[in-house]
Amino acid sequence: MSRARIPSAIAAAAVTVVGLLLESRLKADSSLGAAENTADNTAGVSAFRDVASVLTSPRCLNCHIPGESPLQGDEGRPHNMNVKRGEDGRGSPAMRCTNCHQSTNSDLAHAPPGAPDWRLPDAKTPLAWHGLSTGDLCRTLKDPTKNGNRDLTALGEHVTSDKFVNWAWNPGVGRSTPPLSHQQFVDKFTQWTNSGAPCQR
Amino acid sequence: MQRTELIVNGERKVTDVDPSTPLLWVLRDTFGLTGTKFGCGIAQCGACTVNLEGDAIRSCVTPLSRTAGKRVTTVEGLSKDGSHPVQRAWLSEQVPQCGYCQPGQMMSASVLLARNPRPTDADIDDAMSGNICRCGTYQRIRSAIHRATQLAKHK
Repeated sequence: MSRARIPSAIAAAAVTVVGLLLESRLKADSSLGAAENTADNTAGVSAFRDVASVLTSPRCLNCHIPGESPLQGDEGRPHNMNVKRGEDGRGSPAMRCTNCHQSTNSDLAHAPPGAPDWRLPDAKTPLAWHGLSTGDLCRTLKDPTKNGNRDLTALGEHVTSDKFVNWAWNPGVGRSTPPLSHQQFVDKFTQWTNSGAPCQR
Repeated sequence: MQRTELIVNGERKVTDVDPSTPLLWVLRDTFGLTGTKFGCGIAQCGACTVNLEGDAIRSCVTPLSRTAGKRVTTVEGLSKDGSHPVQRAWLSEQVPQCGYCQPGQMMSASVLLARNPRPTDADIDDAMSGNICRCGTYQRIRSAIHRATQLAKHK
């Protein structure tokens, strides 16, 4: 090798080293981003698991049913009197939900519980999750064709402010409440949506 | 004392009964309309059914406050002369045995027919399943509802 070629060889080597360093740094940055995304995803999926523990409690599950017949009680037995969902989710003619369910709970044992706007999801978008895995429940909940055409913001409002949803934490004598407090439920729901609302595969 | 105003069988009524009082007791004890019956008191039997703005509500668990400014129809209000198709059909099919549940049955039937003038057997079963009859007159009730659809067409 001539003396003249030595500096250029050193320069080429330096360029190669710098290039490798940059590439390495870029890869490191990229993998950092992926790690953050994975962390978000993991946190979101974990948060939804807690959300699902509420959604699959009897207070939610008894009305988020496939088919036409709501359930009742902590054991999820078929609703007395052959009650049906009806097209609008508010019962069949002469057997409307609010014929018996008032806007507040009754003090009387075995009387129907009450909350404002007592209803089921309507027949077109029944939002049923009875028997679904946690991942499928998550995908069903987000699906506008199944959830009454709600986006995540509207779903958040439903679980936060709907008085009928809030009744689940004040269901009256003889009925269990969901495993989280309402505030914990809302916090977990928010954490899930802020994480991009990921669903377990 | 809070006053509640409502329309009962087409008549304006005003009462100062506690607004949390079940409508059933206001109808029977305050307004003297004893056609509506007390059965279970917890909306499980349907004997106390009346029409509130087109719905067959259970008056034993419905607070008076819910009826403020609204129209209530009891069995006495179906017609004064027995000419309502449901009243005529109940007579022609000889539906009642002891009769205690029948005012509630008739009120649910009249609401059903107002919403569905040509109900099938399945429609009738769905609509009437909240009204219990200890005498077991269910087959005659179903026949009478079908009869009432015919009477309503020819009245």
